[in-house]
Amino acid sequence: MEAAHAHAHDDHHHAPAGIGRYFTTTNHKDIGSMYMWFSLIMFFVGGFMALVIRAELFQPGIQIVNPDVFNQLTTIHALVMIFGAVMPAFVGYANWQIPLMVGASDMAFARMNNWSFWLMPPAAALLVGSFLVPGGAAGSGWTLYPPLSIQGGISVDMTILAVHIMGASSIMGSINIITTILNMRAPGMTLMRMPMFVWTWLITAYLLIAVMPVLAGAVTMLLTDRHFGTHFFNAAGGGDPTMFMHIFWFFGHPEVYIMILPAFGIISHIIPTFARKPLFGYASMVYATASIALLSFIVWGHHMFTVGMPAAGNLFFMYATMLIAVPTGVKVFNWIATLWKGSITFETPMLFAIGFVSLFTIGGFSGLVLAVTPVDITLHNTYYVVAHFHYVLFSGAIFSIMGGAYYWLPKWTGHMYDETLGKVHFWLTAISFNITFFPQHFLGLAGMPRRIPDYAPQFTEFNQISSIGAFLLGFSQLLFLYVVIKCIRGGVKAEAKAWEGAEGLEWTVPSPAPYHTFETPPAFH
Amino acid sequence: MNASLADRNALLARKLIIIACVMGCFGLALVPFYRQICEATGISQSRVVAQTASGSIDPTRDVTVEFVASNSNGLGWTFEALNPIVQVHPGVVTTVRYRVVNNTGRKVIAQAVPSYAPSLAAPYFKKLKCFCFDQQTFAPGEARDMQVVFVVEPDLPTDISRISLSYTFFDITAEAGGKG
Repeated sequence: MEAAHAHAHDDHHHAPAGIGRYFTTTNHKDIGSMYMWFSLIMFFVGGFMALVIRAELFQPGIQIVNPDVFNQLTTIHALVMIFGAVMPAFVGYANWQIPLMVGASDMAFARMNNWSFWLMPPAAALLVGSFLVPGGAAGSGWTLYPPLSIQGGISVDMTILAVHIMGASSIMGSINIITTILNMRAPGMTLMRMPMFVWTWLITAYLLIAVMPVLAGAVTMLLTDRHFGTHFFNAAGGGDPTMFMHIFWFFGHPEVYIMILPAFGIISHIIPTFARKPLFGYASMVYATASIALLSFIVWGHHMFTVGMPAAGNLFFMYATMLIAVPTGVKVFNWIATLWKGSITFETPMLFAIGFVSLFTIGGFSGLVLAVTPVDITLHNTYYVVAHFHYVLFSGAIFSIMGGAYYWLPKWTGHMYDETLGKVHFWLTAISFNITFFPQHFLGLAGMPRRIPDYAPQFTEFNQISSIGAFLLGFSQLLFLYVVIKCIRGGVKAEAKAWEGAEGLEWTVPSPAPYHTFETPPAFH
Repeated sequence: MNASLADRNALLARKLIIIACVMGCFGLALVPFYRQICEATGISQSRVVAQTASGSIDPTRDVTVEFVASNSNGLGWTFEALNPIVQVHPGVVTTVRYRVVNNTGRKVIAQAVPSYAPSLAAPYFKKLKCFCFDQQTFAPGEARDMQVVFVVEPDLPTDISRISLSYTFFDITAEAGGKG
């Protein structure tokens, strides 16, 4: 083993040149960067679909796409954003940051890491390419509810296959992350002294391992219903479509925490850095994260208050859901307490972090409103729900991803990004985000249903405001792309510790981080 | 040191793979588990056998029963409820009729699947006779009226005053033919 290790070392002592290295690389930094770029590309692909949707909704009536294509766009927009943009971005962060933060030389299973990434592009090609097959892409909504997902054409099979592949990639990535965290920490770094981002990813990885196989089982049953004559969900043969909803949401609710827990981790690094104070209530943050993860397994029924569960079931899911507000509140108040009496500066990462805390809290609050069963029965499948989950996913997950990118870009590229452009990007994003999604609360309360390309004329004004905001929001993200490219190509040289208040092992290595770091475990105190 | 780290990593990975496999089995086990829950709580929608009424009649209450008819995707025929709304006293045996016209020009074997709203009413809605108990075979162009004989049990919770019963017809010609 010693000899093999030394040999592997010779081959990769310096970063290999040429584009071909990316196909075979086992370096966590290369793989992390590939995940990030993949995520950014998918973000623009999914964003393009969102803009087509918003263009269609600019006026009542059917103008740009027919209702079939509209359904396909909402379906694939969601799948691309969830599985193609948000999740790979966080896995990219995990690859780049976890070895640097725990003082490991690489991920535990470097070759499997390469495989995890290279499963993603074929899956994305299946998803996006399904628009080109006869009948168009899957139009059942991202939840793939039967009977629509049983009746659809070959594109549904492509979507199911894509979900299988991405699930396999996630499980492999999670095994890698858990093993790296549990076995490869620097001496002296006990579990309760790990950086918060590492903690949130450890818990997220366990969630992924627990629920991705359940999703795989659910979509496999869809596939056998479609092609092999089984009747799991096919009512004609005694199956029950409602059962799919239960199995799907047993996966689906932990999935939404998979998309937000790593965000909590990133924010828990940015806020202490720019408040120049240690994170308030570290231990309570850890326990809050674990509580949210455990509770996420018993709240799936709140997605299905209208399917006719017994009142006792509805009440159980309502109370369990409301309980999640407690650990989430602990986290929000800890961030605010970290800011309290700090010497705060407002660089771009901090702006995104504060934007996250304010806007994610609005999304959490509308989630609490939707948790109330009788209210949800009215608001179910309206734009209120759309507004809610975009507040937690865009101003939650995506804000943290962008804030984290600005925060660690100096470490990744060795250059400081353009602070002015970064701030412009933040303000454009934050303002246009609210123009886009805040009016959707009102549309939902007034009764506008989601996933329908047409609407009653009294909804026109708010839809037009929302569409204008969406285009502003979409095109603002091109500025982000420009800032990132500009930062890679040059800029003010970043120091090893790029931010005055930054703490952690990743700031002890030079900027840009060398191709190989922590070949010998660092001292941690 | 390196060898032992590799071993420890492999051991942990194996444990994690086992967790993933167990959760995969758990996902599949939800299928029988779900059926049992539905049977135990009486909200199962798959009850397609004749039931018997308890016999007592409650003339002081009126329950509105709505009958809905729909066809699954691609089944080209007419299917309608001839008595779409009826008022009944709980306990009174009532008969309603549905009409089917097979416009397809081919022989069709079809199965009707009932569904209740609110689903909590399902245990109190007893079907004594129903075309949904059996597969129905229709010759090309055949028109037929079919019966549902039902009774609403008097112990129906008092907050339920209106029950919808929806039948969906599914074309199972291919599968029924395949079984011989």
